[in-house]
Amino acid sequence: MNALASLAPRPAPRPATPPALIERDFAVPDIRCAGCISKLEQGLVRDSRIHSARVNFTEKRVHVSCTADAQMPDLLGAFTSLGFEAHPIGDGPKDIDPDAANSRELLRAVAVSGFAMMNIMLLSVSVWSGAAGVTRDLFHWLSALIALPTIAYAGRPFFRSAWRALAHGHTNMDVPISIGVTLATALSLYETATHGPHAYFDSAVMLLFFLLCGRWLDSVMRDRARGGVTALLRNMGTGAMVFDSDGSTRWVDATELNPGMIMLVAAGERLAADGVIVAGASRIDLSLLTGESAPQEAGMDDVVHAGTLNLETPIRVRVTAAGTDTAIADIARLMGEASQGKSRYVRIADRAARLYAPAVHTLALMAFGGWMLAGAGWHDALLISVAVLIITCPCALGLAVPAAQIVAAGALMKVGVLIKDGSALERLAEVDRALIDKTGTLTLGRPVASNLHEIAPEHHALLLALARASRHPLSAALTRDLGAQGIAAADVTNVQETPGFGVEAQWQGHVVSLGRPQQGDAGTELATELAIDMQPVALVRFADALRPDAIEAIAALKAQGIDAMILSGDRAAAVAPVARTLGLTAITGMSPQDKLAAIARHTGAGHKVLMIGDGLNDGPALAAGHASMAPGSASDVGKNASDCIFLGDRLMPVADTIRMARRTQAIVRQNFMLAIGYNVIAVPLAFAGLVTPLVAALAMSGSSLIVVSNALRLKTTLK
Amino acid sequence: MNGLLVLIPIALFLGLLGLAAFFWSLKRGQFDDMDGAALRIFVEDEEDKAVQP
Repeated sequence: MNALASLAPRPAPRPATPPALIERDFAVPDIRCAGCISKLEQGLVRDSRIHSARVNFTEKRVHVSCTADAQMPDLLGAFTSLGFEAHPIGDGPKDIDPDAANSRELLRAVAVSGFAMMNIMLLSVSVWSGAAGVTRDLFHWLSALIALPTIAYAGRPFFRSAWRALAHGHTNMDVPISIGVTLATALSLYETATHGPHAYFDSAVMLLFFLLCGRWLDSVMRDRARGGVTALLRNMGTGAMVFDSDGSTRWVDATELNPGMIMLVAAGERLAADGVIVAGASRIDLSLLTGESAPQEAGMDDVVHAGTLNLETPIRVRVTAAGTDTAIADIARLMGEASQGKSRYVRIADRAARLYAPAVHTLALMAFGGWMLAGAGWHDALLISVAVLIITCPCALGLAVPAAQIVAAGALMKVGVLIKDGSALERLAEVDRALIDKTGTLTLGRPVASNLHEIAPEHHALLLALARASRHPLSAALTRDLGAQGIAAADVTNVQETPGFGVEAQWQGHVVSLGRPQQGDAGTELATELAIDMQPVALVRFADALRPDAIEAIAALKAQGIDAMILSGDRAAAVAPVARTLGLTAITGMSPQDKLAAIARHTGAGHKVLMIGDGLNDGPALAAGHASMAPGSASDVGKNASDCIFLGDRLMPVADTIRMARRTQAIVRQNFMLAIGYNVIAVPLAFAGLVTPLVAALAMSGSSLIVVSNALRLKTTLK
Repeated sequence: MNGLLVLIPIALFLGLLGLAAFFWSLKRGQFDDMDGAALRIFVEDEEDKAVQP
């Protein structure tokens, strides 16, 4: 039997049957440099289960192909061992959203119209420089050959939108564009067929090219922010270890959790579904759910909610509601109502279009009518009115807003602020009152060791060595705080972790341990104790600390004319010290409804409210505020509801964002003025019949270049 | 005039070639990670490190 077995080919080294690979995406927010790329790509594949890893730096994602037996916790562990925090991103077809596809389509249209524009311009320049007779006709026909398919392909976004607007009985920016392009093309065809001197194919295609650039920029901006936000959505925990009927455990995706399943929630893990505790007792961090900073005791039969964080010991939870049912119905309903106000906001470009479109049509009609009355004949009159339509087409206007906004969003992204769309920037520029949540927004929302300076420096190395060995939230906090001070860990051996009690190890012949304080600390305060040979030597206390630059950020907001105020769901005793330090008034113990009412009160008093918050309980308020911001550590609900997300521990990005938004708005207004100034000069020329295709081409590209370079000035605002 | 008959098709063909190349690279995902591409020049291949003593 043994002989037979040794004769049979061993399965392992045979390369002919590669194991089936599965593809997974992870968001890794900490990718910052080339070093991170190589560390991740080369480090991850050392795990034999991971076949390949590819970093996408722009989106801060890592694409991993691994063997099917690699469980999610193992994969996350592989990231952790390299020093990165990774969050699984849901896979599957639902991630290929229609907006990203739209952006691709626009880019293709930009490429096609750009190609056509250059080639037609090549032919046009020859015509302008004096080609005549058969050559001119040939060049016009060639232009038509290139322009017609291009306009049919690249013009679709405008034709579609214009048709939709007309079908609903109103008009938008796309109506004059569509009419202008169609009329110019039709007339040029007629001119070409009758051997006329002027064809406007170049103008029509150039117009489409510039406008498509604007559209594409706008869409790219939304894509980029949405990519960033999706990468951050993670707090619901995207799955859980679930017990099978035979007692073994397996990883189940959040979407496949069903009521009745028993899930094992490790310390430091967020719950993936609502449930009831069936084994174990722990303390649960509710701060994202209610804003309360003190963790809550939870034992047998207690109800626990999805999105909350298990702080202390592993617990078993029977799932009662999973997936979309977990979001508390009340909050979901409130959010729906609250977000209606925001959808009524009309963007500045659309406001301009409401005035602009009728004006353009009237001008073109007047030009036609005027020249007819003057006895010019319908052909000349039509030619002039087409010139008016082309000249007034909102080429610079279509670029003026998106160009400024994408430059602003790009500069903000560099400092760690994600803006969801252009409308958010416009609304942020208008705010004059800030209502701020406390837990997780003004404060960091996570435990920070508060008395490290009281602990003898010789124990720091020991603390780091023990804390490093554990994934408990307090250990993680300690590792981060000590690591930031540049302390080298002590040399310990035989490290063992006992869930619920702590870490134990050998150090220079002594038994050292880090864990739950021995004299049963009864307070709600979080603490951990270092003991040498069972003798406690140091007690590390943890508290939720203010963001390091909160005072400066609040002062900067005030300097911008924005008064701040605290709205907290926490107890008055917990809020008071924060309010005192920052010199702000505070309202405490607020429910989501109370926060909504507070916003309505300020709005009623004529203020534009900026809501800054992070929790599930802030969701409705974030949706109701005129503009809203959330920190990167916020709940999924908070991040989805807010207009913009700032990453990192600092609060200053809030003030920077407002400054940038106001500056952007100023640039947009300047760009509008430039566009209007250009029209004031060009329209009389068009009226007089002086605008040949050459003049139109110069005017259009000139004005577009001016607004784009004006927008580029925003790049330096944050420096 | 005869020169034009040859040169214009050539110009158009080269332009179309560029357009096709752009579409191809777009499809292959070469524009998916613009910032990362700039940084990858600094990434050392693992083989290089392995030869060092």
